[in-house]
Amino acid sequence: MLNTKDILETIRMIDDENLDIRTITMGISLLDCADSDIHRSADKVYDKICRLAEKLVPTGCDIEKMYGIPIINKRISVTPISMLAAVSGGDPVIYAKTLERAAHTVGVNFIGGYSALVQKGFAAGDRELIRSIPEALAVTDRVCSSVNIGSTKAGINMDAVGMMGGIILDAAKLTKDKNCMGAAKIVVFCNAPEDNPFMAGAFHGVGEPDCEINVGVSGPGAVRSALTKCPDGDLTEVADVIKKTAFKITRMGQLVGKAASDRLGVPFGIVDLSLAPTPAVGDSVAHIIEEMGIEICGAHGTTAALALLNDAVKKGGVMASSHVGGLSGAFIPVSEDAGMIDAARSGDLSIEKLEAMTAVCSVGLDMIVIPGDTPPSTISAIIADEAAIGMVNSKTTAVRVVPAIGKKDGEELEFGGLFGSGPIMKLHNDRSSEKFISRGGRIPAPMQSLKN
Amino acid sequence: MKAVVTVVGRDTVGILAKVSASCAEHNANIIDVTQSVMQDLFTMVMLVDITDIKGDFSDLQNTLYALGDSIGMKIHVMHEDIFNSMHNI
Repeated sequence: MLNTKDILETIRMIDDENLDIRTITMGISLLDCADSDIHRSADKVYDKICRLAEKLVPTGCDIEKMYGIPIINKRISVTPISMLAAVSGGDPVIYAKTLERAAHTVGVNFIGGYSALVQKGFAAGDRELIRSIPEALAVTDRVCSSVNIGSTKAGINMDAVGMMGGIILDAAKLTKDKNCMGAAKIVVFCNAPEDNPFMAGAFHGVGEPDCEINVGVSGPGAVRSALTKCPDGDLTEVADVIKKTAFKITRMGQLVGKAASDRLGVPFGIVDLSLAPTPAVGDSVAHIIEEMGIEICGAHGTTAALALLNDAVKKGGVMASSHVGGLSGAFIPVSEDAGMIDAARSGDLSIEKLEAMTAVCSVGLDMIVIPGDTPPSTISAIIADEAAIGMVNSKTTAVRVVPAIGKKDGEELEFGGLFGSGPIMKLHNDRSSEKFISRGGRIPAPMQSLKN
Repeated sequence: MKAVVTVVGRDTVGILAKVSASCAEHNANIIDVTQSVMQDLFTMVMLVDITDIKGDFSDLQNTLYALGDSIGMKIHVMHEDIFNSMHNI
């Protein structure tokens, strides 16, 4: 039986602590749309997305109303487009425009999957797709792109890493008038999950069913608020409080995902147990760390606090859901987190500390604004460092950095909305990584890959 | 199917009557009511059966939200499953 205290707690979490379902993402396989004629292939892609996702947005809105929980985003992820480009040849940007058109028709705010998986090497279509990313993201608004350049099993494809530095820079240059947004829509992964519902890195892996619903939850505000009621508890108690809150948050995701899957007649994939912050006040992962007793995010102790948080979120969430997947962990996107923005502005949070933090949480160096004159080889080297952490620790890591073209030190990029804003972060641009990156080749898979 | 109606705000005369009248208008059957007043803050939680309601669930929601606005109370109408799934294993 329900009791009043529980009911009011749920309402408080939603109304005052920004608890929400961050995204319902429909994964759609496009493998059956492959055609040797690119225009025919693009038509099939458009038709299939519009057919399967026709009711996604209205269904999401209905569920939102029925349960009284906000569902912030309704999105779509598709099979990596490089696979279609491999069959059809031609200019992959045609696919990007098709995805954009389909996203408009069904009313989703982002569509992910302008992607290539090149962890071990380039197959047909991969190079062409990667080269087309800057243009594809400049001529579309809703298309998101990702490239998997490494994995624990395959090692790191350093030729791809070398390419991506320039691609990110070009994407920022081509969207210079739009706050370099192009670069904010590219994620470079190591160990990319194939069922991730979160943008910009979502794509629908080849091992996934034809169509499925994946859900991403959020609730840093609710976790922080629960911790304020445990001001002097020791860290075991802190972990317990986080676990309990994560359980409740994840149950929401499970309920909404199940309801969406039933109503749409599509299998339910996974709940992604993530703490995804927004720039809104009271919805910050950095503030949870500060609530634990670190004066400001980035100070010594931050990595340990984050490790505790990340682990407790998973432990609490895993029992609340029948299938857990995606990225599942605390996100630390600098520009999308009010506490991180403050810490970056005051200089307390550096890229080195962020890199250390990514070793213990999901996902990686995320939404970091870097100087616009950064050499491509330095961006590639940042990607290589991050991929190495992912490869060795058998975890997902990613890089989403935004070169602020034409901006000077001390200035900021304003993305607006969920993307937030961020100050330019200092890099070691005066020291070159050029030679290392230009060697190319493959970093061999580590011993951890030999588990059989 | 059941829904939970919560009403929170400054205590005034006739809140329960007005909310019940709106529920009756939509043929939503009230099963259980709990209410408390602490330092002028009125809190009421009502469990209603919505199996045989007239019109859509959203019509009932809209009526009660409008009532909430007119009497200056915060009213929520949510399907009971959200609370069951969050607080029961």
